[in-house]
Amino acid sequence: MKLKLHVWRQNGPNDKGRLETYEAPDVSPDQSFLEMLDDVNQALAKEGRDIIAFDHDCREGICGMCSQVINGKAHGGQERTTVCQLHMREFNDGDEIYIEPWKAKAFPIIKDLAVDRTGLEKIIQAGGYTSCHTGGVADGNALPIGKEAADYAMDAAECIGCGACVASCPNSSAMLFTSAKVAQLAVLPQGKVEAHRRVMAMTEAAKESDFGNCTNHYECQAACPKGIDVKFIAKLNREYLKALIK
Amino acid sequence: MQLTQSSVGRKIIMAVTGIVLVAFVCVHLLGNTSIFVGADAINAYAQKLHSLGPLVWVFRLVMLAAFVIHIFFGIQLTIENKAATPEANVQVKRQKTGFAAETMVISGLVLLAFVIYHLLHFTVRVTNPEIYVPMGDQGMVDVYYMVVMGFQAVLPVAVYVVAMGFLFLHVSHGFQSFFQTLGLSNDKSLPITMNISKLIAVVLLLGYISIPVLIVAGLVKI
Ligand code: HEM
Ligand code: FES
Repeated sequence: MKLKLHVWRQNGPNDKGRLETYEAPDVSPDQSFLEMLDDVNQALAKEGRDIIAFDHDCREGICGMCSQVINGKAHGGQERTTVCQLHMREFNDGDEIYIEPWKAKAFPIIKDLAVDRTGLEKIIQAGGYTSCHTGGVADGNALPIGKEAADYAMDAAECIGCGACVASCPNSSAMLFTSAKVAQLAVLPQGKVEAHRRVMAMTEAAKESDFGNCTNHYECQAACPKGIDVKFIAKLNREYLKALIK
Repeated sequence: MQLTQSSVGRKIIMAVTGIVLVAFVCVHLLGNTSIFVGADAINAYAQKLHSLGPLVWVFRLVMLAAFVIHIFFGIQLTIENKAATPEANVQVKRQKTGFAAETMVISGLVLLAFVIYHLLHFTVRVTNPEIYVPMGDQGMVDVYYMVVMGFQAVLPVAVYVVAMGFLFLHVSHGFQSFFQTLGLSNDKSLPITMNISKLIAVVLLLGYISIPVLIVAGLVKI
C-alpha cells in the first residue's frame, strides 16, 4: 500500500521544528511501523537526504525505547502496543499518517522523533531501588511474599519506562511512571523499609525534572503499552499521605 | 513545607477543600428546596440560620478559607501544568479524559464569578433593591419574596442556569478526583466513583436550576 507521512523534523532542542511530508510508496501490511520508517529512511539516504531520527532498540515491545505520537496518540493508540509492535495492517492504502515526538518540557527533543528522557532516570535515581547488600542470588522463597502482593508488584513492574504516560498526559505528568515503581516496591518486604523516603524523593524528583502535576485525566493508562493501571497512582497518593503523617 | 509545595501535597489540599465545597453545595441545595414547601418554610429556615449568630460567621470563614485556598492552588497547579507542555503536538487525540476534566480551571473561575454575583444578589443584597423587603426586627428580609421576585426577569435566571452548568462540569470530574487524589480508589472502585460523580453533578444541576426555572415559569409565585 501507499501512504503519505507527515513527520516532525527538528534539528535539536532549539530548532523550531516543523512537519514535513514524505511518501511511503510500497508498504507491506506485514511490516511493523518502524520497518516502514526504515524503508523511508533508506530511500532518503539513497537520495543523500537527512534521514528521520527515531529511537528504537529491542523492537519486541520490552525495552521502552520507541516513542512516537502517531495520529495524535502515543504509540498509535492500539491497546497495549508499542510503536515497534504496531503493524501496518492497522492502516489502509492512501492513509495520511502524522508522526510526532513525545512533547513535554521534561523531554527536550534531541532530533526529529528522538527525545531526551533523562527526567525519568532522575525519578528512578531518587528512590526507585532498595538499599541492601547484594550478594549471591537469594534462594527461592527465602523471603515469603504473598501471592497477591507478588502479582500486584509484578503488574506494576511491567512498566518499560517509555514515557507514553507523559506524552499522553495533558499536564505532561510522570505520575503513572513514578507510581508504578513506588507501588511495586511498597508492597514488597525489601521495599517497605524505605517506602516513606522513596515516595517523597521520587515525587520531588518528578517536580524538579519539570513534569506536571496529575489531575486525574487517566489518559496515561489508556496510552500505556503495558496497561499500567491508575490504581497505582492512588497507591502512590496513599503512600504519600502515610509518609506525611508518620 | 511538603504539603503546600509538593505536587501531591497541593493536590491533597485541592481535594480536601474541594470536597468541603461539594458538601456545602449539597447541603445548600437541600436548604434551598424548602422554597417548594412554601414561604413560611424557607423563611423559617433563614430565621434558623440567622439565630445561630456567631456560628454563622465561623462557618462563613471556614467556607471562605476553603474557597480561597482551593482557587489559589487550582490556579497555581494549572499554570505549572501548562508550563510542563510548552508546545503540544499538531495532532492530539485524547482517549479517556473529557471536556469537564480539561476545563476545570475555567469552570472553577466561572463559579468564582457566579459566587460573587450570587452573594451580591441574595446575601449582601445590593443588586436589586426592590426585592429586599424587611421582615421582623432583626434586620432580616422576606427571603421567599426576595427569591421569587429575584427570578422574575429572564437574565438572572439565565445567569444561574448557565453557572449551574459549570458547577455540573466541575463536580462531574472533581468528585471522583477527590477519591483518587486521597488514594481511596482502586481499579474496581474507580468506574463506580466516576459514575457517582456524574450522578451527583446531575442532581446538583437539576436541583439548583429547578428553583429559578420554576419561578420564572410562574409555577412558584408570591
Ligand atoms: C471558584 C473557583 C474554583 C476554581 C478556580 C477551581 C479550580 C479547580 C482546579 C484547577 C481543580 C483541579 C483540577 C483537577 O484536579 O482535575 C479543581 C478540583 C476540584 N474542585 Fe474546584 N475550583 C473552584 C471552585 C470549586 C467549587 C465551587 C467546588 C465545589 C462544588 C469545587 C470542587 C472541586 C473538587 C471536588 C475538585 C477535585 C479535587 C481533586 O483534585 O481531587 N471547586 N478545582
Ligand atoms: S523498540 Fe523496544 S519497546 Fe519498542
